[in-house]
Amino acid sequence: MPILFYLSSAVAIIATIMVITRYHPIHALLYLVVSFLAIAMVFLSLGAPFAAALEVIVYAGAIMVLFIFVVMMLNLGKETAAQEKDWLRPAVWIGPGVLTLVLLMEMSILLLAPPQRNVAVAVVTPKQVALSLYGEYIIAVELIGFLLTTGIVGAAHIGKQKKKSLHRFLQA
Amino acid sequence: MAPISAHTVLIVAAILFVLGLAGVLTRKNIIFMLISIEIMLNAAGLAFIAAGSRWQQPDGQIMYLFILAMAAAEVSVALAMVLQIHHQHKTLDVEDLRELKD
Repeated sequence: MPILFYLSSAVAIIATIMVITRYHPIHALLYLVVSFLAIAMVFLSLGAPFAAALEVIVYAGAIMVLFIFVVMMLNLGKETAAQEKDWLRPAVWIGPGVLTLVLLMEMSILLLAPPQRNVAVAVVTPKQVALSLYGEYIIAVELIGFLLTTGIVGAAHIGKQKKKSLHRFLQA
Repeated sequence: MAPISAHTVLIVAAILFVLGLAGVLTRKNIIFMLISIEIMLNAAGLAFIAAGSRWQQPDGQIMYLFILAMAAAEVSVALAMVLQIHHQHKTLDVEDLRELKD
């Protein structure tokens, strides 16, 4: 459905602009959830229902919960917002903003030049995805399993609060 | 109703990617930089989904799954590092983290 696609991509872009301009971390994260939900809607309108479900569950669910936990643990509040407001002056963002806008215009010109192809409305079902995933891509699935295991071990190791132990001669 | 053009989807993905890039370049707080990196990864996933939908193949969604798993692993390690940095330096400003310089 084209109208669904255009509407939800407009919501996604507006919410993402709000994410990168907010000062308060929690406000930015809530706008990011809106952006992820809108992108899930885009996936659904492109005929990828499985990816849409995973976007809601993993991105808007799990990853956002991690971010919000860290923001709450670090107790980032009004001081952080004031600090961000101090840091985000026009002199800071105009340079990168103009440069990335130039890149976006180049990309758009490249994309608009060749003949346009339409996306078919047919749905790629989860069954097709699963058959392909556990058929030809089985090695990649195992590698991703390794990556997730290393991620868990690495996060547990880095996040461990080590007690600083000084020699008794060095203690003040 | 006019069908969706594949190039329109790619332009939406490019806009989201550029917004994330601008966020990484302008912010100085590590948490906001990580959020912007998530936006960029998500835009890359959107481009893959668009390609898979254009060719009617499941490969695009499979690449999206791999990006998703990679983002989950990346964000867990990165947030553990943010906790550790805040514990040791009492700041989240990237300009204060210059111990590797010398």
